[in-house]
Formats: sequence, structure tokens, C-alpha cells
Amino acid sequence: MIATRDAAAPALETRALEVEFRTRSGDVARAVDGVNLAVHRGEILALVGESGCGKTTLARTILGLQRPAAGAVYVGGEKLSYRARDLKAYRRRAQLILQDPSGALNPRHTVYEAVAEGLRVHGLHEGEEAKVADALARAGLRPPERFYLRYPHELSGGQRQRVVIAGALVLDPEVIVADEPVSSLDASVRGEILALLLRLRDELGLTLLVVTHDLGLAWNIADRVAVMYLGRIIEIGPTEQILAAPQHPYTQALLSVVPEVARLEPIVLTGETPDPTRIPAGCRFHTRCPALADGTAAAARVDELCRTVGLPVIAADVPGVGHTAACHLVEANAHR
Amino acid sequence: MTLLEFDDVSITYQARHGLVPAVRNLSLSLPLGQTLGIAGESGCGKTTLADSVLRLLPKSAQVSGHIRLDGEDVMAMSFGQLRAARWAKAAVVFQGAMHALNPVQRIETQLAEPILLHEDVGVQAARVRVGELLEQVGLPATRAGDYPHQLSGGQKQRVMIAMALACRPSLLIADEPTTALDVMVQAQVLDLLASLVRQFGLGVMLISHDLSVLAGACDRVAVMYAGRIVEEGAASDVFARPLHPYAKALAGAFPRIGDQAFRYAPAGLPGDPPFPGDLPPGCPLHPRCPIAVEACSTAEPLLSRYGDREAACHRVGEGLV
Amino acid sequence: MTSVSTRSIVWARRRRSWKQLGEQFRRSRTGILGLAIFVTFATLALAAPLLFDSSQLDVTKATGGVYESPTARYWLGTDDAGRNVLALVVWGARISLLVGLCATVLSMCIGTAVGIASGHFRGVIGGVLDRVIDWFLVIPFLPLAIVLATVLGKSLLNIIIVIGVTSWPATARLIRAQTLSVEGRPYLERAKALGSGDLHQMTRHVLPNVMPLVLANTTLAVSISILSETTLSFLGLGDPTAVSWGTILDDAFSTGAISAGAWWYLAAPGVCVVLVVLAFNLVGRALEDILDPREAPQ
Repeated sequence: MIATRDAAAPALETRALEVEFRTRSGDVARAVDGVNLAVHRGEILALVGESGCGKTTLARTILGLQRPAAGAVYVGGEKLSYRARDLKAYRRRAQLILQDPSGALNPRHTVYEAVAEGLRVHGLHEGEEAKVADALARAGLRPPERFYLRYPHELSGGQRQRVVIAGALVLDPEVIVADEPVSSLDASVRGEILALLLRLRDELGLTLLVVTHDLGLAWNIADRVAVMYLGRIIEIGPTEQILAAPQHPYTQALLSVVPEVARLEPIVLTGETPDPTRIPAGCRFHTRCPALADGTAAAARVDELCRTVGLPVIAADVPGVGHTAACHLVEANAHR
Repeated sequence: MTLLEFDDVSITYQARHGLVPAVRNLSLSLPLGQTLGIAGESGCGKTTLADSVLRLLPKSAQVSGHIRLDGEDVMAMSFGQLRAARWAKAAVVFQGAMHALNPVQRIETQLAEPILLHEDVGVQAARVRVGELLEQVGLPATRAGDYPHQLSGGQKQRVMIAMALACRPSLLIADEPTTALDVMVQAQVLDLLASLVRQFGLGVMLISHDLSVLAGACDRVAVMYAGRIVEEGAASDVFARPLHPYAKALAGAFPRIGDQAFRYAPAGLPGDPPFPGDLPPGCPLHPRCPIAVEACSTAEPLLSRYGDREAACHRVGEGLV
Repeated sequence: MTSVSTRSIVWARRRRSWKQLGEQFRRSRTGILGLAIFVTFATLALAAPLLFDSSQLDVTKATGGVYESPTARYWLGTDDAGRNVLALVVWGARISLLVGLCATVLSMCIGTAVGIASGHFRGVIGGVLDRVIDWFLVIPFLPLAIVLATVLGKSLLNIIIVIGVTSWPATARLIRAQTLSVEGRPYLERAKALGSGDLHQMTRHVLPNVMPLVLANTTLAVSISILSETTLSFLGLGDPTAVSWGTILDDAFSTGAISAGAWWYLAAPGVCVVLVVLAFNLVGRALEDILDPREAPQ
């Protein structure tokens, strides 16, 4: 891959990305149904949504672990190529931190072997020990030598997650995608790991894409938040705006039921998230939308639109606006 | 009237390398119709506490003190009395309950099981009761013929709650009922528990590591660390104005969205919760505590009363937390 | 600390975990019994030339009478040519054990490789390998063995090949199932995300986690191989010049030992086969219990 990187280009970008899965019964599940997302260099973007919204699939596709059915992933302005050699070179630039640290580490490998694995896979044998020590230290495991020969089952949950982070850092990546990085850790340990991620961004200039269902996490560390529902991003913008003044009814409902947010009247949505094989016509959220159910949409005269007209995919960056929501009601109110 | 009472209870396990004190000198009480929250992380003893109410601990566990269910000492009950109490007086929704459903049996079979065991009714009557239970937890009675894999995570959790209600207990113990669930489904389950309390006047003991969930759902909350209660009081009070540094850390782990103080400032404690067999001397929190002093490493603080609250910390009065 | 000493400390840890394995094995009485039986036979087999001169196997140099029953001189009596049956059995142990072990090694190598590959590669390759395993699994052992033996000719090497080629599918099936469960684990996904190729994933991640199963299965496979060799030799497909327990049984049968009442001639090799097969089964069971992947790793 010839490195003609555009310094101003976003670190990661997806254009009209679509990912499909075939279910056992033969139906097509549109896990990602058209996403334009740009993650800028050095920013922390939180991708939030409930389970089944497609956020994990989107993250895996961005990392090249899943091939899209349509659209493309762009890394530093260049299109991601799926040829084996290019993909392998890409792996050095974008790394993954998984949800469950105990599952993410091979129980038969020592900490040293787990962290050194990345270097060995890419044939970087020069100064391996120094790099491993450096990565472990950066991840907060000091002194690193004390951890070389430990096995995962001898470590606590927080320590295991640090080993996974060290394993990602050792390759000096530009981007780290973290899938629920603290959800399986004890409550009092989460803060340290989140503070570590913030430090990595500040000290190393890393770009972070954090996939989570925990809005509190996004409030803690994210610069921008993108909310996903049934395979589309339905609202995106700076964290303060999205979490303190959400516009889309779905985001508003999500926020209202977070226990720490006492100021909002809880809007508990009925029913379960509809499945990705049967995406509703019109606005995909209209079947559960409280604004449609309680007449607010009708009052603004957009209820027919909600039921019949789908919304366009949000553009990656709307210059000058920042906070965008894909909702007929929001658009109607903005035009008044 | 006190539904559940722990009176200076200590529970110790027999492990390969020695004795492990899971619960140490714990005293708590839960009146009928109230919801008590137990906040704590792995290793604090909360699941041991939950299991002890129905004597579900392993045989090697040693229990001292008294655990009184409706006035009767659980440890002194005969096996017959215990069997009658299990499920009919108190029921438990276990951690990871969603995985406790038998994948090859229909929901109605599993729900009917405790009914047929405890009540002298026929299969038909049990089936009617199963339908009632499903409606009570917000599921249509027509789902009774489904298999577990046909239900979502939230629906399975509701089935587990229905199963716990099958024999009309007066006490419901829920161990981490919302931990693996999305925020919206979590709200639905908590709403359900609240409505059940209102409808049946149940007493509920809700266990979670998420203090914010407990603050909203419980009347009172007790924070556990290393087998002991370190703070106890009205739930929203403990969450908003914690006295103990550990309670503060737990409260901060789930930040208030909209509060600028938590922006780019994740709160937590260094290190990890201690393993119960390997507790540090003095106050078990002192290696991780941000305000620990000399006295903390030598003497374990006692639970002292401060108005309506209790806290076990040498430095409570100093207003540092 | 340099990488060299790290590696030596890793080896020290490996030695320690082998020692732990040994200690656990010692606690299993059936395992020790099996091991003791095997060691006895192995020692006898290795010491055969020292105990009995090879001339005792030669029909033309037989020293005893025909079908002599067991006496102080001939502990297990003599055969129809007057040879010392004890000498025959001890020498026979060499061939039987050798063929059993070699055939097992061959079978395990093929079975493990195909099993891991078919579990790891999804899509066309995995499907093809799947079908290959199923195809070989379904073919009945004896007819295939007879055909192969006839085609390849009668020799020890061919017997080893025949047994190896017919018994690997069962192993492959087992390994494939275990591979599938390992493949689902997050650390395989992490290895992929790090940029590793298929070979790295299969050898560094799948194989170590499948190894305990392979080891336990190997010991059980040995007993099957020995039985197979005995069967094939008994049917006359083995090397006619080599003396193995199967050929002894074949000789006994074809020279009318039963009607002559020479029970010792049949019982001796038969009992040996039973004991060795039992030994490997006991060891295999003990290993399986110790190395059960469901238990926490030591």
C-alpha cells in the first residue's frame, strides 16, 4: 500500500456501508444498513445503541474482520483493500480491544506471549522484549517483568484487560476500536481503565472508536457520540449536545431510562427491538416512537411521513452543524 | 413486621488452602413491603448472603449468627420446614438466571414445576396459574408453549421472575437481575419489580454492583465490601451523598450524565477488590483508598451511626468524601 | 531479563506442569495399574533378545516335543513344531507393540491435521474435508484393510500404513468437534485482529488447546491399533516371517491347536493382547480425567 496519506483526512471513514447476514431461515438480516461515519484523528467517538443495533458489526467491518455487502471503508483517505497483504499491513494501524478480557486471552499463553504475539505475527523480532515491556508499562502494569510469566487465570479482571490493551499497543497503532471495554469489569475498576484510554489518546494521539451500550461511559470519555438503531446512525454530534440535549426521540427515550439521569421523565419503550430481517417501512423507529404514539408527530403534521417515508443516511460530516438527527419531527421543527 | 433479618451473621467457606470468610459480622433487616438494595462487586459476599437465606450454601460452609425469615431461624429449621420455605416463603432469581432455563423444555413445563412441587393442585390448575404468572410479568399467556431459545434476554429474565413468584412468596431475592441487559430492557425489568411490590406487597432484596440502579429502585441500600457492610442508609441519600469512600467510588463509576464534573474524569479506585481469603490488615479498603491514613492499616473501623445512616470508616466525620 | 532466559524460565514452568501431571497421575490407581502393565510388556519386548535367543523362533531348530503342555522347562508349553511358546510370545510382543505404536502415530498425525483443518476452514475447504472424514469413517475397516493389504503386499510397513489410514477418521472427528468449540472463543478473533494467518491460528492457538484431547485419545488409539494388527495378522495378511501375537494365533488356529487341546498355545497370545489393550485403556482414561478441558487449567 503506497502511503500517500492525506493528513487532513479522517483516520477512519465509512461511505454508504452495508453489511448483510443470512439467517438460518434464509432471511437477509441487514445488520448495517447504510452508514457514513468519519472518525477524526485523535478523537474518541462513542458508538452507542442497544444489542442488535449493528454497532459491533460496524466496528468489525471497520477493522476488516467482516466484508461489507456494499460501500467501503477508508483508512486515512485510502480505500481499504481486502487483499491478504494489505489487510495484514492495515492490522498494524488499527487494533481491537474485546469485551471479555478472560476470553480474549489464550489460557495457555503467558502474558509475555500474549503481548508479543502481535510482534511475532508481523515478523518484528528486533527489540521484542523492550517493546513488550514498554507496552505493558503504558497499559499500567508496572513493573512489567513481574507479569511476563503470569497466566491469565492468575490475574484479576482489570489486569487482564490491561494485558489486552498492551497487546493492542505493542504494534503502535493509530486507531483502537474498543468493544465494550469495561462492561465485564467490576464497577470500581472501570474508572482506571477508562482513565487509561483517555491517557493513551492524550499521550500517544490515538484515535479511539468505543462501541458501548453504556451512555455513562460515553459521557466520561467521548468527544462525539453516534447513536445507532437497526443498522443506521440516527443521531450524531458532540457528546454534550447528544447526551444533554438529545433531539431524536429514540435518544431521548434511552437517556430518560438511564438511572443516573433523574431530571428526565422515564420513557420506557414498549416491546423488543424489531429484528434486522424485517426493518419497518418509513422511519425505522416509527413502530416504537413515543412522539408518534402520543400525537406530537401528528401535531407537527409529519406522522404520515414517519410511517411511509424513510430517512436519508446521515452524511459523515455536516460542516458547521455538527449535531444531526435523522428524524422527520426534528426536521419539521428546525424549519419553523 | 420484619420479613428478613440478619443478626451478626458470619459465613466462612472451607477452601483447599484454608478458611475463607465470605461474610463477616453482618446485620441487616428488611420489613415487608420494602425494597432493600445490596451494592457490591465480585468477592464482597453478596451472593453468599443471598444463598444463605434458603440454605443454598455448600455443606462445608460454616454459618454463625442468626438468619431469620419471618421470625424463624433458617439454620435451625428442619429439612421439611426448609423445603416448605423454599420458594413458598422466599424465592431467588439467581445471577445469570437467563441461562438457568432448560433449553429442551417448554416454558410452561418449567414454570409449572415449582407449583406442582409445592401446591396440591392438578396439572390443569397449574397451567391456569402459569398463564396468570406470565401476564403478571408482562408476557402474553400464549408464549407459555415456547422454548427458551425463542425468547429474548429480557423476556427470559421475566420468565425467571415469574418462576420466582410461582408459589406466592413474601420475599423475593434478585441477584444482579439487570446486569447483562440493555438500558431499556433494564428499565422494563425494574419497572416490573416495582409494580410487583406494589401489587403483592412483596419484600425485595435487590443485589447489584450498579449503585445508580439501586438508588432508583430501592428504599434502602447497604454497600458491602470484603464481607462487611461499609455504608447503609436511604438509597437515594447514599447515592447522592455517600459517607464512605468506597460508596463514593461505586456511585462515581456510573456517572451522572449532564454533570460537567464527570466529563473526561472517570472515577474509580486503583487496584482490585480483595479476594476474601486474602484480606489486608485493618480496613480492607485501605490499599485502594484515596483518603487512607496510618490508623486505617491497623484497625478495622466499626459500623457507626450518623443520623439515619451507618458507615464504617475512620474518617467519616471529616467531610472528605 | 533477556529473551533467552525468559524462554528458559518458560521451559521450567512447562517442566513443572508436567511434574504436576505426573503427581495427579500417580493418584489414579487404575492409571498406575495400566502403566505398570505396559511397562512390564515394554521391558519384556525390549529385553527379548537377552531372554530368548532368536533361534528359538526357528521352526527347524525347535527343541521341544509337539504340543507339550506347560512344564518347568517350557513355562507356556510348546507349539506344533516344538518351539517354546513363551519365547514366541515375548518376541511377538516386539512386533505387536511396534506396529501398534507406529500405526497410532501415523493415525494421530493425519487425524489431528485433518481434524483441525476441517474445523478451522469454513466454506469450501472445510466442507470438502468434512466429507472426506465422513467417507473414510463409513468404510468398514476389515474389507478395506484386506483390500489394501492385498494390493500393497504383505509386510510390516504395509500393515502400519493400512491401520493408520483406516483409523484416523475417528480421531479427526473428535478433534474437529473440539476445534469448533475453540474457534468460537474470543482469543481466536483477537489473533485474527492482530493480523495472524491461518497457520498461526491453527498451530499457536487451536493445537495447544486441542492437545490434551489428542494425548488422551492417542493412548486409546494404541489399543485399537494393536487389536487391528492382531486381527490382520490372524487373517494372514501380516508379514509371514515376523512373529507377532496375531501370527501366533493364526498358526495355532491353522495347525489345529484347539482340537489337539493345546490351550496354552491360544491362551498365551490372547491374554497378552487383552492385557496390553486393557493397560492402554486404563492409562487413557486416567489421562482423560486429568486433562479434562472443562476443569480449570493448573
